[in-house]
Amino acid sequence: MIEARTPPPRRREWTLRSRALRGVLYQVLAIALIAGAVWFLAHNTLENMRVRGIQSGFDFLLQPAGFDIGETMFPYESSDAYWRAFGIGVANTLRVALLGIVLTTILGTLLGVGRFSPNALVRGLCYGYVEMFRNIPVLLQLMAWYLLLTEVLPDPGSPLTLGGAVFLSKGGLSFPVPEWAPGHGWAVLGALAGVGASRFYAAAARRRFEATGIPRSTWLPVLGFIVVGAALGWLLGGAPEGWRFPESGEAAVTGGGEISPEFMAVLIGLTLYTSSFVAEVVRAGIQSVPRGQVEAANALGLPRGRQMRLVVLPQALRVIIPPMTNQYLNLTKNSSLAVAIGYPDVVSISNTALNQTGRAVECIAIIMGVYLFTSLSTSAFMNWYNRRAAIKER
Amino acid sequence: MADSFKVIPPRIAPVNTEGLIPWARANLFGSPLNAVTTLALLAFFVWFGPIALNWLFFKAVWVPNFDTCQAARGSGACWGVVAEKYRVIIFGRYPLDQQWRPEAAMVALLGLLVASCVRPFWKPWLALLWLAVLALTFALMGGGVMGLSRVPTDRWGGLPLTIMLATLAVVFAFPIAVLVALGRRSELPAIRTFCVIYVELIRGVPLISVLFMASFMFPLFMPPGTQIDVLLRVLVGITLFSAAYMAEIVRGGLQALPKGQLEAADTLGLSYWQAQRKIVLPQALALVVPSMMNSFIALFKDTSLVTIVSLYELTGAMGLALNGDADWRPFKIEAYLFIAAIYFTICFAMSRYSLWIEKQLRRSTNR
Amino acid sequence: MAEPIIQFKKLNKWYGNAFHVLRDIDLDVAKGERIVICGPSGSGKSTLIRCINRLEEHQQGQLIVDGTELSDDVKAIEKVRREVGMVFQQFNLFPHLTVLENLTLAPMWVNGTPKKEAEERALQQLSRVRIAEQALKYPLQLSGGQQQRVAIARALCLTPKIMLFDEPTSALDPEMIKEVLDVMTELAKGGITMVCVTHEMGFAKAVADRVIFMDQGQIVEENTPHEFFNAPKSERTKDFLSKILGH
Repeated sequence: MIEARTPPPRRREWTLRSRALRGVLYQVLAIALIAGAVWFLAHNTLENMRVRGIQSGFDFLLQPAGFDIGETMFPYESSDAYWRAFGIGVANTLRVALLGIVLTTILGTLLGVGRFSPNALVRGLCYGYVEMFRNIPVLLQLMAWYLLLTEVLPDPGSPLTLGGAVFLSKGGLSFPVPEWAPGHGWAVLGALAGVGASRFYAAAARRRFEATGIPRSTWLPVLGFIVVGAALGWLLGGAPEGWRFPESGEAAVTGGGEISPEFMAVLIGLTLYTSSFVAEVVRAGIQSVPRGQVEAANALGLPRGRQMRLVVLPQALRVIIPPMTNQYLNLTKNSSLAVAIGYPDVVSISNTALNQTGRAVECIAIIMGVYLFTSLSTSAFMNWYNRRAAIKER
Repeated sequence: MADSFKVIPPRIAPVNTEGLIPWARANLFGSPLNAVTTLALLAFFVWFGPIALNWLFFKAVWVPNFDTCQAARGSGACWGVVAEKYRVIIFGRYPLDQQWRPEAAMVALLGLLVASCVRPFWKPWLALLWLAVLALTFALMGGGVMGLSRVPTDRWGGLPLTIMLATLAVVFAFPIAVLVALGRRSELPAIRTFCVIYVELIRGVPLISVLFMASFMFPLFMPPGTQIDVLLRVLVGITLFSAAYMAEIVRGGLQALPKGQLEAADTLGLSYWQAQRKIVLPQALALVVPSMMNSFIALFKDTSLVTIVSLYELTGAMGLALNGDADWRPFKIEAYLFIAAIYFTICFAMSRYSLWIEKQLRRSTNR
Repeated sequence: MAEPIIQFKKLNKWYGNAFHVLRDIDLDVAKGERIVICGPSGSGKSTLIRCINRLEEHQQGQLIVDGTELSDDVKAIEKVRREVGMVFQQFNLFPHLTVLENLTLAPMWVNGTPKKEAEERALQQLSRVRIAEQALKYPLQLSGGQQQRVAIARALCLTPKIMLFDEPTSALDPEMIKEVLDVMTELAKGGITMVCVTHEMGFAKAVADRVIFMDQGQIVEENTPHEFFNAPKSERTKDFLSKILGH
């Protein structure tokens, strides 16, 4: 018997024809070419900027911006610095992207599952929706929705109304919001406590099931915990009851919570467009589970609902989640098209800043930096998730 | 010994399972919930259908008469706006009397694209045909040769520009994509790193930022005093953008190829580039044709973004046609539907073709 | 004579309107009997046994399993599926669950067995098929033969009265066929009713009480293994046997 040993150390051969030497030569050549190109571009850029009198550097971020922004999530004046303006832009982008992602997931999943409905009309409608919204450019869809919202809706002086509390007009959507008081903070805390309590409850229910074999539905109690927790918190905080209602005035609606038509156009357009892609992703995921899995579940006597939850969905989700995340990223990147509609997202604000200061390189670098950061962190998360959830093979 | 077994001849099923009525019973009224859904949807169509059809067709105004259109507002679509403005929408700011030129160029390009899709044209001389038609297209649009007057590129617009941009971008992006995909799989760390950075950078940012970069920064990169044509700037931006996405698709195809192919090429004594050219790339590229078609469809839709950097392709031309004209501006919705229909038709046709190609390729690889 | 546990009475099945896949099937299977069904591909043998646990529906005739007639009645189907275990050609183990979880899934969620008891039974069955040490592995980490043995154990966990095997060794590498057949042989000796579609004639000779030959949707011949292999009655049977025993 020959026992296993460790291999001898590697020795590289450095003759002229060896692959190692060739490899190094090619790389040196490539690096030289790239370095040369970069030097050429940088030299030209500096020359051009000198000739045109353009300053460079990111110090402009500390100077006052000098322009107003239509929608702000936190307070901003035109005398504030550029970096604050960019911050508003990022906040606006995140606002429409996150809300869009939530709505798209819901709508896209319903459409994707609808492709498997036993009803042929539902199947046909879902298929028709996907084909229609997939084949029209997203910019066109955003512009069309903006046009609809600003032309078809009535003037702000005489808005559509729902119960005298919600108003819809060319000026946007206004709705009542609670007057923020400490009691509302308590309500949020209460809801969070409810979430914590429901986790304990779910764990206990699972232990019960494993011990006795009797399953208990958990979603109703979970909902109950959250609602009761929020209600208790609200009571403890002094039961604040103030609401701010919008008022319909001569020329406009004032007060209450407001959503601008730009925001609505971007949100609706992005959601409807991206959900057609998400529907396809969900459909492909459900189809990827082999029929044999369903047959085996049937043969074991599992009823349809349990089949879905225990056998089909866990396998389908593994196939769905990576492309789904890709669609989320696409939605976020597509939100940059808001610049064509006038919604002040980060690209729009960067564009204004660029036109005012002439610092093209810096402004574009900021846009790209923001989006790159989002994409790369999402990719990293995706890779981590894939490694964890992968079906273990040999 | 006599055969004790008698053959039972096949019979027709006792209950009809094929045909319209059984299908309807199973697919529309299979269960109580199913039936209720069907009835609810039918009710909705019956209520909404006539309104939509009236607006779209029956009460619509087809003549380019502004007053008739205004009178019918709200109850009938004004397709007259299309009749009135279609030339500006489709051809952009191109000089009115020379519009036969972009028309001819568009027909030539479309003809080339459609011809490239069908089998009889898959011959080596197709490449030469492409060069010839592209040259012809430039000559027709730009002029300055063959006695045609010069038309600067910022006047090019509309549908011919959309098709040109998409086609040229694909033609230039494809070789770049192949090189980058090969580079990403290279064993040389410097080349691999550069390719990875390029792909991840481009894929992580929106197209609009790449177009801004091309539009604002490209002139800065060139020696002072050189004027970069706006079309060239935009083309460079779109090309670099698509090349990154296509590179990932090609890389997928390269990875899907069994390792045995490369090993066989090595044992036959082929060099790296010979193996790639003759063995690896033909097979890998055939594998990814459907994905590449999707890429082209996405690119075709993405050309609409060049409006934002002031090149007036189809979407932008429509804005041009109507924004300045107070008479026809209220009928923008009809114009939107018109160009949406154009995009939809072309993209839908391309996706159907892509499915057909996929079936063809699968048939040729299945035994 | 005790009532047969499976009764086919003039059973007919069609795919669509024209493809008559099962023609006038009359078959009785006694309790504890071991049946092997063989025949060329497309003869309807898999379809036949899949009718027994209602994975396929029949359009005409009767099928009675352990006293329950199979029809569209959901309760009847559930009752039958609890009595009948099935092993598939492609194993169909759930890849996202461990071997142990694969086995305890149905007892816990269909029968309401508490987890500890379900796991004990599962380990018992795993020992029976001699694979207890792989309990915490995932299916795709095992070889084909090991996966099929796990599939057999999974079906046994519900203590079925009837076991159906749909070409259980056809997807296995040759050296793994024996381990699965050994398990099936041991199972047969234990007295469970077995209906098995297979090409393994050695297994049929050793274990079967009756061998059934099907062709083009109907039962051509059925006999004891000895009679079937040595004195087939029909020309078709002889033809088939010469093809499959020849090499």
